[in-house]
Parts: sequence; C-alpha cells; structure tokens
Amino acid sequence: MDQHVQRQDHSGGLAFIAKSELLNADEVARALKRMAHEIVERNLNLENVVLVAVQRGGVPFGQVLQGLLADIGGQAIALGLLDVSFYRDDLDQRPVPTSAATSIPSSLEEKTVILVDDVLFTGRTIRAAFTALSDWGRPRVVQLAVMVDRGHRELPIRPDYVGKNLPSSRDEAIVAQIDGVWIGTRGAQ
Amino acid sequence: MIETIRGQNLLSLNDLSKDAIIEILNEAESFVEVNERAIKKVPALKGRVVASLFFEESTRTRLSFETAAKRLSADVLSLAVASSSVKKGESLRDTIATVDALGIDAVVLRHASSGAAEQVSRYVPHVRVVNAGDGQHQHPTQGLLDAFTIRQTLAERRGLDPIASGATLFEGLKVLIVGDIRHSRVARSDIAAYTTLGAEVRVAGPPTLLPQSVAQWGATLAPNFEEALRWADVVGLLRLQRERGTESFVPTLNEYTTTFGLTQERASLLKPGALIMHPGPMNRGVEVDSKVADGPQAIIRRQVSNGVPVRMAVLYLSIAGLGRAK
Repeated sequence: MDQHVQRQDHSGGLAFIAKSELLNADEVARALKRMAHEIVERNLNLENVVLVAVQRGGVPFGQVLQGLLADIGGQAIALGLLDVSFYRDDLDQRPVPTSAATSIPSSLEEKTVILVDDVLFTGRTIRAAFTALSDWGRPRVVQLAVMVDRGHRELPIRPDYVGKNLPSSRDEAIVAQIDGVWIGTRGAQ
Repeated sequence: MIETIRGQNLLSLNDLSKDAIIEILNEAESFVEVNERAIKKVPALKGRVVASLFFEESTRTRLSFETAAKRLSADVLSLAVASSSVKKGESLRDTIATVDALGIDAVVLRHASSGAAEQVSRYVPHVRVVNAGDGQHQHPTQGLLDAFTIRQTLAERRGLDPIASGATLFEGLKVLIVGDIRHSRVARSDIAAYTTLGAEVRVAGPPTLLPQSVAQWGATLAPNFEEALRWADVVGLLRLQRERGTESFVPTLNEYTTTFGLTQERASLLKPGALIMHPGPMNRGVEVDSKVADGPQAIIRRQVSNGVPVRMAVLYLSIAGLGRAK
C-alpha cells in the first residue's frame, strides 16, 4: 500500500513515506483498550495515578487512555503533557528540536506516573523524560505505556504496557497514530 | 537574510526573516512555562559556557541574560569591566582572546560602540555572539521581547493560542514609538521586529531627537503627536538617555514632558485597548506620567518578566545543536 502519512514532524523535517500498514484504526483502538485494562489491573487504586504524555507523538494516545481509564476505572485521571527537548542527551548531535507545550497538572510527589508515548525505540526520549519528571517531585513509581515497541534499545529501559511489539530494522521508520501504525522510510519527498 | 538563528549569531534584527523571529517567539513560549515551574531550570545547555561581557553598565539586561543562561544550566563567566584589565587599556580584541582561551561557547556582549558585536563575531568565529546592545545600533533581544509581549497580550485578549497565531496579530498593527529615536538602539530593533512581522510603525519626538531618515528603517514620521496617539494600537515610549547627553538635544526635561511626555491628559486620547510600553528604566514624570505607567494599559512589567524566557530561547536556539567548545 503506497500511502503518504501526514504527521507533525519535528525530527529534522524529513517526510515519512509509508510502505505498509501494520495496524488499522480498529486494531489500535483494541490495543489501547487492552492497555487500559492492564493499567487498572496493576494499579488498583487509580486515585494516585497521573498520565503524562510525551510531546508530540504520545499526546493523542494519552488522551484516549485518559478517556478509557475514566470508563473502566470509574475515575477521572489527570493527564499531563511533557516536552523533553530541553532534557535530551543528543542536543549537540542533531538539529535543535522545536519544543512543544509542557503542562503538569500537579506535583508528582508520591504519585504513580504512567508515561505515555507512541513508539519506543532507543529509549533516549524516555531517559530524558525521567530527568524532566524529577523536577515535579519524586513519584512513588513510574510506569511506561507505548503504542509500539520496535526494539533497538540503547539504554536499560522496558515498557510496562505495550500496544504492539514490532521488531524492525534500524533503517526503517515507524509511525504510530490513533488511526493506524505504518512502517516505511524517512527521506526527501 | 537569516532564516533561523539555530547555530547562528544574533547581531541585529535587520537581517532576520519573519520566520526566524517567529521561531524565537514560539520557543520563548515554552520557556515561559519553565519559568513558572517550582524548579525553573532545564539541562539544555549543561556543560556549555556563556561569557557575559558588559563593557557598558546595565544591571537589568545583564541579570536577565545571566539568569537565562543559568536556567538553561550553562556556566556563566561574568566580566566585571570596572575591575578588569579593560580599565588598564586592554583592547576589545585582546579581552575577547583572553576569555576565549578559557573555552567558551557563546558571548553575550554589551558595548558602547555600534558594530562591536559584529566585530567580536569576526574575532571568534567558532563562538556564538549574542548582541546585548551595541552603541546606537541594535538591541535585538529587547526588540524580540517587545514583540513577544505584544503578541502574548493580544493573543490573551482574543483567546488565541500565541504559537498558532504566528505573525497574524501584527498584520496591520499600528505602532507609535515616541522619544529619542535618534540615539536609541531599542527603537532600531523594535522597528525592525515590528515591520518584519507586518506592523505599521510611526515615530514621534522632538526634531533634534529624530534621525535623518526614518524611512530607511521602514517607519514614517508622525506629523502630529496627539493625532498619532489616537491612531496607535501600541505606544512604545523610549527613555531619555541622560547618560548619553540627550539633555543637550532638548531645551529642558520639563519642556520635553510638556511636548512629548505621555501625561494623563494625552493618555486619555488613546484607544481604550491601546497598549503602553517602555523598555526601562523609566524616568517617571519625564517620558511618562507615573499613574499612566502603573495603569491598566501599561504592559511594562510584562516586558520585564518576558526578558528571561525570550533570552533563554535565543541562547537555546543559538548554542544548542552545536559542537562543544574545543
């Protein structure tokens, strides 16, 4: 399927050219529902849970999980947004990333923080997120929810909730959105 | 024309494109949020060294820049000119070479000579130079923070997201700049920023304090001050720079206030929504009546608090993403 997937891109402005669709919108929705159930199972007391979505790709998934947790757990969960640009360890190796809004609703002291992102790859974004989170207090526990785990970790980081494991080659690009997951390449159009 | 200051010097606003200015204003929005946190510090420039070289006194700009650098986790080398070898006759070139030898990534430079920042950028091409005011030439970060403050205030009033609004709030905006245009680097930077973003700029002041040709700067002369006050959406007041001998250009300060001071009477001519700005430090009772300066139309305090996030954005974009100091 030759399809061009539009996605707000801040990784150097290279366009994503999709080769094939790996999950469709229904499958993404089902995976998120399963993840929400797993979150409720593991965190019986949702009262202390705060979702923190990583800008920009994690935000739509954070929003859907927030809605699902309210339905399943019968409780409104706060959703924070976190931009990790200023915390990256590769700032001097790539173009300066454009930052997006950060809004953390409350102190994270003693909270169960569930970080939400679209694709887990090297783990460096999540490493940056850990450093950032500590500025809002010391969470009791931090868990990680990702739509796609594509492997190739460069740091000892593992997800707690995974929508789909997708072993991939390093040169391939994976885009995960609410309406589907695609594999393809990044390059000039 | 410079399209982005990423990895670049910031010497003047004259050569910055609209996109380059908007990029800085957008980045500054993120740093406003950082400055509202309990821990107002991010590690973006950890391990980088910023030299703050103020060859001319300026407590507030210096504090603002140094605070910005520290909140980005950079190390700050601060040269106190009054006690330095500059007083012993060392040249600008030698001073820069000495500081450069310590290993620096960027210089924030304030100097009494126009063009000093550009000169320094040629001495140390491997170091990013941020102009913090050079003679009567430019004060780019002041122009940027003034533009940022206008966009922030107008976006808030109209319930818009400032980033999404881009430059649209400046399109057709009528800005009047009043006072010592001739000696003012703030006026030059403000006019460059506003006109690049799409605003219409007029200037007013005693003929002795107007430059030969404002048209070259993209502004026009307001023939009648009172009429221009009725016309303006934004009034930018300039300080009478007594330390630069401005007083010899006006008969008396009192006469200046009578003819071009923003008195309460004159402020009543303004549109109800018009904004009043001043880069500080204010001569209360000279350029502006004290009550007017503290009134609801004045956004002078906002200008001051926006100084740090705007300078953080400039330092971040200019220095990050660059190889480390060798």
